[in-house]
Amino acid sequence: MTNYIGKAVRRVEDKRFITGKGRYTDDITLPGMAHAYIVRSPYAHARIISIDTSAAEAMEGVVKVYTGKDIAESGINGIPTGWQVNFKNGDTMKEPPHPLLVADKARYMGDAVAVVIAENREIARDAADMVEVEYEELPAVAGPKKATKDGAPLVHDDAPNNLCFDWELGNPKAEVDEALDRSHHITTLEFTNQRVVPNAIEPRSAIGHYESASDKYTLYTTSQNPHLTRLLMCAFVLGIPEHKVRVVAPDVGGGFGSKIFHYAEEALMIWCSQRLNRPVKWTADRSEAFMTDAHGRDHVTKAEMGFDKDGKITGLRVKTYANLGAYLSTFAPCVPTWLHGTLLQGLYTTPKINVDVTGVFTHTTPVDAYRGAGRPEATYLLERLMDTAALEMKMDPAELRMKNFIPPFDGVEQPGYQTQVALQYDSGNYHGVLERALEMAGYDDFRKEQEKARKDGKLLGVGFSTYIEACGIAPSAVVGALGARAGLYEVGQVRVQPTGTVSVYTGSHSHGQGHETTFAQVVADRLGIPMENVEIIHGDSEAVAFGMGTYGSRSLAVGGSAIMKSLDKIIEKGAKIAAHTLEASEEDLEFAEGKWTVKGTDKSVGFGDVALTAYVPHNYPEGLEPGMDFSSFYDPANFTYPFGAHIAIVEVDKDTGKVSLKRFIAVDDVGNVINPMIVDGQIHGGLAQGIGQALFEGAIYDENAQLTNGSYMDYTMPRADDLPSFELDRQVTPCPHNPLGVKGAGEAGTIGSTPAVVNAVMDALSPFGIKNLEMPLTPERVWRAMNS
Amino acid sequence: MATTIQVTVNGKVHSHEVDPRTLLVQYLRDVLGLTGTHIGCDTSNCGACTILVDGKAVKSCTMLAVQADGCEVKTIEGMAEDGSLHPLQEGFREKHGLQCGFCTPGMIMASADLLSRNPNPSEQEIREGLEGNFCRCTGYHNIVKSVQYAAKKISEQEKVAQ
Repeated sequence: MTNYIGKAVRRVEDKRFITGKGRYTDDITLPGMAHAYIVRSPYAHARIISIDTSAAEAMEGVVKVYTGKDIAESGINGIPTGWQVNFKNGDTMKEPPHPLLVADKARYMGDAVAVVIAENREIARDAADMVEVEYEELPAVAGPKKATKDGAPLVHDDAPNNLCFDWELGNPKAEVDEALDRSHHITTLEFTNQRVVPNAIEPRSAIGHYESASDKYTLYTTSQNPHLTRLLMCAFVLGIPEHKVRVVAPDVGGGFGSKIFHYAEEALMIWCSQRLNRPVKWTADRSEAFMTDAHGRDHVTKAEMGFDKDGKITGLRVKTYANLGAYLSTFAPCVPTWLHGTLLQGLYTTPKINVDVTGVFTHTTPVDAYRGAGRPEATYLLERLMDTAALEMKMDPAELRMKNFIPPFDGVEQPGYQTQVALQYDSGNYHGVLERALEMAGYDDFRKEQEKARKDGKLLGVGFSTYIEACGIAPSAVVGALGARAGLYEVGQVRVQPTGTVSVYTGSHSHGQGHETTFAQVVADRLGIPMENVEIIHGDSEAVAFGMGTYGSRSLAVGGSAIMKSLDKIIEKGAKIAAHTLEASEEDLEFAEGKWTVKGTDKSVGFGDVALTAYVPHNYPEGLEPGMDFSSFYDPANFTYPFGAHIAIVEVDKDTGKVSLKRFIAVDDVGNVINPMIVDGQIHGGLAQGIGQALFEGAIYDENAQLTNGSYMDYTMPRADDLPSFELDRQVTPCPHNPLGVKGAGEAGTIGSTPAVVNAVMDALSPFGIKNLEMPLTPERVWRAMNS
Repeated sequence: MATTIQVTVNGKVHSHEVDPRTLLVQYLRDVLGLTGTHIGCDTSNCGACTILVDGKAVKSCTMLAVQADGCEVKTIEGMAEDGSLHPLQEGFREKHGLQCGFCTPGMIMASADLLSRNPNPSEQEIREGLEGNFCRCTGYHNIVKSVQYAAKKISEQEKVAQ
């Protein structure tokens, strides 16, 4: 019997958030705490001639000013990257140093030059203005394709043409060229998948706290990934023994990828605290967040897809220049490669695929994983190609997809699907989601309505997107072979107290996803106890043994599975104790609804009694250890592959170019669902971000690589009145290789929605003969296209 | 050049010396320790710091603490009365109107102002009424439903009271 799984259980964590009792990093004040403000380069590329800190240091309330020279002299290292992608010829990728504060050159607008520490934040900020930095401004480059041209300004002297790596995946290019040459029709798109800024509403913050008496360090930080942050910071940057450092990621106000990474400010606060022997806090301004949170996307792509005369795909050729920014962030090299190229099979039986990616340094903010990370870029190019091809070949875009879908397979009776680009899909029924979405949209009627509207001078459009993603990241040996410098398992510890209540320690981190609820539902059902008796603990390296954090929609698929493994161990041990108590053999027992029963009898013992016996082992099985506390590492067997079909319906205002999103239909298959309310919420939020990229968002760098829209005054994010209510449904194709059958729901909405919206606008604009426009589809851009 | 102000916050009178440049949000967070009011931007666009000043929604980063002298301030910490949640707080929980919780206090306070002006708003009116507040998690879908829930609940409570 399950009491909780599959139910819309209201969230355990909400009470503190709705009453103002959440505890975010910036809410924490420690005794004697000083405040840091960072002096940042206003130039994208500049030599630092001199820094004069004397006026700042003379100000009342200023504790200390450190510069890049102090950092360099202290002998610590820069921020490392966690993934290696080499050049095609086998040469190692370029991995330039990324110091906490730069001493010689600033390489992007916002690069950290000095840090001011003062008694309060206002003084620190005032004093930062008094730090005199003499710069020699140098030419800069922001665009990834442009940066590879001969003569382009170099970001790092030892990376010629600004190349970090080049990379290829799939069938040999000659085979793909041949397949395309033999095609009846080729659809070609050249576009930029523009750079977006994650914009978690909580700005990043870090508090370093060194305690000399115990020689221990605590870092409070806005992280999705506290254990990995500790490992990277201790082992690679500061050289502090890991056991001396506690990293706490308390309540975190959204991440969307941008808080996965180990940032310089974290190590810097620890470094400053140790020197000053007092806690030091740094919290980003929003404008600082715009400049320094790792950005997402930024691909310049040419994609070509071939079709035979019946509309069957014959081949796909993709060339992408991926902007990595000025330095390599934690997962930067894998995002445009292994999280992008591997998804280019999409849902289709494409027989030949070749993808070629050049990773490029530019004088811009580092780029890394942002919700979806590589998979939205793959989906965008595939799904834009599909709708464009349908238009060019005068076919229906839904039919064209159906014709090319991989047939249904459950991964149990039918094997997984081996793609041309390394992955093996676990299970899928792609026709099912599109059929349902078409039904919800009332597609046949829509085409009639569209026709009529056109006659009335109104521009309606419908756009499709059928996507797949690789989540549940990831089997350690596989990712290791692909260049990951870490394992991507997860840790779950289940501790039963003598009274039968349960504390669960997970290496997953919740920053909005509701783990404290979903994980508790799983544990309570498995043990047959009330949810109130279960507590989920996360985000503190001193409490949780280890963890690999939350990203890539992995928490339930990997973190939940680790907990399941520990629950199995609890039940197995409980059976031994129960058998002893009931004077029965273990084989004769069954565990259900929170008690062990001798099969076919009414003799039973409850979970609470067994727990008590484990801790008061007076009458106890011989040789069995007391206690009930198990920890497990779960390393997934494969990625999980959520998929879905999204349909957008838009109206374009002929006079202003404004796009109104009238309806958005999303049918997603994320495998089994533990809490439908939370899963729907994840989809909603994902959709808003994907729609945001299509219509509103985009970081704009000028010819001097200045970020020109780094504030909420200038960068458009979707507001409540920009979006409709969403129409959702789901299909369930369980994941065959993890104990919960779950696939992950965090990124689906973002991955699927962007091309659906753009396709809808292109459909609306088809009477104008417009085939492609760059995102975001602002009124100006659309109006200009209609009027040119 | 500190100035002394007297402000009633969540029904309690406070008197403090503050810098003329201290923002009301800093006063609430740093002096009174009411950290439920959040700071999400530096341009008064995000609405995370929304509170009620004399019953009206104000972004507390746009107001100096000295301007609040003599005012009646309500923050998220003052919304639950006698241990029972405000219908908006209940609505946000019931309808999953929050995820990370960071925008939530501001969103609830802005919604309180909206419902005081328009007790029975349409979906469009809710969306327009909350367009001064960013949420990056929910796509606003369930926030709309949360406010609708609260509107219904408040009107039911008022009927009972009559």
